[in-house]
Amino acid sequence: MSDAAIVYPGVAAPAGTPVTPHNIPHRGGPENPSASALAGQFKDAIKRVDVVWGETTVVIDPARLLDIVKWLHDDPSQRYDFLCDVTAVEFRDADIPLEVVWHLRSLPYRRFLRLKAELPKGAPLEVDSVWSIYKAADWLERECFDMFGIKFRGHPDLRRILMWEQYQEGYPLRKDFPLRGRFSRAEQLRQALAQNPEARYSMDELSIVEAFEDLPADMRQRLGRGEKTGE
Amino acid sequence: MADTRTLEVELSTTGLDAQGRPQRSPLTVASYPALEPDFADEHMLINIGPQHPATHGVLRLVLELDGETVVRCIPHIGYLHCGFEKIGEYRQYNQIIPWTDREDYLNSIGNNIAFALGAERLFGIEITERCTVLRVIAGELSRIISHLVWLGTTCIDIGAFTPFLWAFQERERVYDLLERWVGARLTTSATRVGGMAADIPDGWTAALDGFIKTFPQTIEQVDRMLTKNGIWVGRTVGLGVMSAEEATNYGLSGPMLRASGVAYDVRKDFPYLGYETYDFDVPVGTHGDVYDRYLVRMEELRQSVRILEQALARLPGGPVNVDDARVILPPKSKATSEMESMIHHFKQVMEGPRPPIGEAYVVVESPKGEKGYYMVSDGTSKPVRWRIRPPSFVNLAAIPKMVEGHLLSDVIAINASIDIVMGEIDR
Repeated sequence: MSDAAIVYPGVAAPAGTPVTPHNIPHRGGPENPSASALAGQFKDAIKRVDVVWGETTVVIDPARLLDIVKWLHDDPSQRYDFLCDVTAVEFRDADIPLEVVWHLRSLPYRRFLRLKAELPKGAPLEVDSVWSIYKAADWLERECFDMFGIKFRGHPDLRRILMWEQYQEGYPLRKDFPLRGRFSRAEQLRQALAQNPEARYSMDELSIVEAFEDLPADMRQRLGRGEKTGE
Repeated sequence: MADTRTLEVELSTTGLDAQGRPQRSPLTVASYPALEPDFADEHMLINIGPQHPATHGVLRLVLELDGETVVRCIPHIGYLHCGFEKIGEYRQYNQIIPWTDREDYLNSIGNNIAFALGAERLFGIEITERCTVLRVIAGELSRIISHLVWLGTTCIDIGAFTPFLWAFQERERVYDLLERWVGARLTTSATRVGGMAADIPDGWTAALDGFIKTFPQTIEQVDRMLTKNGIWVGRTVGLGVMSAEEATNYGLSGPMLRASGVAYDVRKDFPYLGYETYDFDVPVGTHGDVYDRYLVRMEELRQSVRILEQALARLPGGPVNVDDARVILPPKSKATSEMESMIHHFKQVMEGPRPPIGEAYVVVESPKGEKGYYMVSDGTSKPVRWRIRPPSFVNLAAIPKMVEGHLLSDVIAINASIDIVMGEIDR
């Protein structure tokens, strides 16, 4: 990051103190100025701009994601330096594409922007990682991968985070995942009991100690197959 | 970062350097010639948690150590994962509120408020004046509870036992207040979409007034005990430093971000509940270390008392709940005697209120940082997606960055300074 990126809200903020919003319209209302700036800068890559409940959503072409986020982060007129959240939305209607959502905040300008990329069903769920721009994306993208199965290209360490590494049932927040899980309680219990409590270190961690011979047999097999975590 | 600060250390221990840090003379292999020569470059793997009192829940840290210095830290989370977000997709909006108690359980009423604000945005509801002020009072009480627990547990981690008792004594007094109001200590479920579950009982404001008059004395007591204490200073100064750019880039929020010098407070920058009309300051640190995080949280306790005084002075009368038959149940007497009210009651209980198609990301300043709820409605009575943006989760993600290069014993202090609640991280 350049040294110009240091932020002190209130210094660069536009005149006037912010106030609690009241009587926000459902659709319409004032748009975040960054949306029109994006449309001017990236033209075709900006598919749609919505203002819902006072929040501006910009739907972008996933192929241009990194360019767009990098510009929003670096451009002195935007300075979106704070990544609130990376998440995804899958609708109950199976025809609607899955949406990946980035919530960005510009602390100096006190702006909030929602970026969305639509990933059609059927195609592989892949999108670029914004980890190279925001370190905050590390765990947020891992969680999104864990819960939705979306692969973030370029993430340094994309593996499950909330569920365990050997979790077999799929991606819990997908709509085709039943509330009680894919396996029966008996099967879940059987798998839990069959787990080797010693096999609780990731391959990464085991590389720290040269203790290959002391490992449990199933870990030795996995290491021997060249298996890596998160795949 | 050049550390130019001078601290007056009153209870100084021997061996403090000019910055007030305890001097550590590293043990070199040369001074112990009896050690085997290749022993020096062997790294050790050490596992802290998931069941360890200093990890504040079921956090597991795998550390690679070179002697006593942390070379690498790999955190593991998820031991408390119960799928709150998935369950939320099968619940009506008011039914989700009890779940919000159980994520950040030290700030349960704050989560209730955040969720209700989000749902009200989705429904397009404006809450009443009295409800707004009551929610400010509840939110600040909740901040006091959370910071007190942080203070007490961090003291225990670092080795001071007395402030823990003082902090938990005061915390019980706040819980007594909350219990009188909503009937529960931790699992408050205090809000409803469009209002509160209950108005405050008679005599409650006098009890609150008694609390905010005496509570500052405890803050000063702890302040006298810790702020210039040589041991406390030695265990906290210069640890886990995050610069302003790093803290912003890592997405830290709340006291973690402000200790690094970024004055971002949701209450000031994106106000809600009329926070812009209250007179309070946002404390900001300069060094971004554990000690500054302590100072920021102590000052936030004082500022919360200021907000409580103002809120109590202006508490207006009038109804707590909005007059909106879509979301607020009619009084029982009317539901059994009037046709209209009975239909409203039936529709709300059987179908649940239905917001229009839309989405909202509503944030509040929780004691841990920016707490956000992202809700997407497809027009049915259950959200199609309910996303929690947990501040502890994002703050904890920076722990490898903060502990690497420090001593093993400092990992405990740094981890304590993040103020994590595993219920919120794992959800």
